[in-house]
Amino acid sequence: MVTYQLRTPISEEDGRKLKVNDTVYLSGTVVTARDQAHRRALEFRKESKSLPVNLEGLAVFHCGPVVEKRQGNWVAVAAGPTTSTRMEAFEGEFIEAFKPRVIIGKGGMGKRTSDSMKKYGSVYCAFTGGAAVLAAQSIRRVVEVQWLDLGLPEAMWVFEVEKFGPLTVAIDACGNNLFADVSEMVERNRIQIYDKLGCS
Amino acid sequence: MKQKIGLLESVAFSLIRQAVIYLPDDVKDSLKKACAEETSESGKRQLRTILANVALAERKQVPICQDTGTFSFYIKAGTQAENLGLVEEALVEATKKATLEIPLRPNAVDPFTQKNSGDNTGRFIPRVHWEIVDGDCLEITVMAKGGGSENASAVGLLVPSDGMKGLKRFVVDAVIKAGSQPCPPTILGVAVGGGADIAIDLAKKALLQPLDKPNPDLEIGGLERELLEAANMTGIGPMGLGGKTTVLGVHVDYAFRHPASYPVAVAFSCWASRRASARIHADGKVEYLTHKPQGGT
Repeated sequence: MVTYQLRTPISEEDGRKLKVNDTVYLSGTVVTARDQAHRRALEFRKESKSLPVNLEGLAVFHCGPVVEKRQGNWVAVAAGPTTSTRMEAFEGEFIEAFKPRVIIGKGGMGKRTSDSMKKYGSVYCAFTGGAAVLAAQSIRRVVEVQWLDLGLPEAMWVFEVEKFGPLTVAIDACGNNLFADVSEMVERNRIQIYDKLGCS
Repeated sequence: MKQKIGLLESVAFSLIRQAVIYLPDDVKDSLKKACAEETSESGKRQLRTILANVALAERKQVPICQDTGTFSFYIKAGTQAENLGLVEEALVEATKKATLEIPLRPNAVDPFTQKNSGDNTGRFIPRVHWEIVDGDCLEITVMAKGGGSENASAVGLLVPSDGMKGLKRFVVDAVIKAGSQPCPPTILGVAVGGGADIAIDLAKKALLQPLDKPNPDLEIGGLERELLEAANMTGIGPMGLGGKTTVLGVHVDYAFRHPASYPVAVAFSCWASRRASARIHADGKVEYLTHKPQGGT
């Protein structure tokens, strides 16, 4: 278990160094994308249009922030992670298309994402769900917002962050997946619980 | 009349603000206890981060979580209370104002057009539940509930002959299926009986019970403890990264059922269990029941 201070853009080589259970504090550019932004990004790819933000080597954050306009500038007030499984249908292809190095979310992701991460040297980092004020504190500036027509939560927010974390590497580029490991253990516990409750 | 709606609106606004910024003491205490007792290193780190975030939200007076949820109001209206016809309008106005001023994330989306209304209101949002009680007071409770925990809700129409065994299994299965998704450690509302609608209604409402108030009925209180222990045997842990704290508390409620039906419902609250209550007396005096008037707990 190693603690890394990383700055975007992160190279594939550095991405491959990260292992599950490592801790990351991230500085640089983080771009939010939820279901609708993922869907639109992949439509752009199909139509060979380029994204408004080049995501290569950056971090994509599953997050729909609370934002406020102060003196004409957007400020992120609260910005914790949303449930990543909703993006599972898109993420494998999304990584292949846009090469983000880090995906940040909560709750973990599945095999298709993990396979794509293995291929392209990317990792999935878990940030504590609900820890939105801590996350917002590391956001130095809202650089820009794209696709506001999707609504505030679903838009693509570009944040400049300083030491965003602690992030836990939960899927690495070697195919390890912490959430899958916990699920396996939970499955083993299920039978014991049934026995204890007398409902097997 | 205008003055009355102004009071209702300002109380509802204060309740929303209290709920989204300040976690109730019973929840905070329970999280602290869980953090002290957690043996998994990653689980402990999640709980520490949660507690640091709760303290920071209080200090900065901003919402604990970016998913400020959708709002349900539970009203206890005295039969002698006045101006009940103004209440729903006041709650909607308070919600709009809170969205703009706290601010909240706009979370009300038309399911056909996918358009976000931008102000947390829309058809049946916020949801208002009415209960008529004796007296001349009006009690308002707000619940702010995020999407992650709502998505884990489960209703089962079980086989009546399986009885309590079926219920216990259903609850354990719901917790395991939900896994990391509802931001554990969670609080569970469990209801048995009624129809499907009654069960999920009671289960969700049970989430308003403080964690330090188990059901006074010995049998139901025992079931709550048994389900809590079972849920924590799963090993899902804080945020699903493994550990012994998966659930902070279980509240059980029930309704009589049709002989052929055995409905069981499970509602989840994420660790950020956001609720606040106030009582408005006939003379206009306001009594805040869960938080101090200016916020805080």
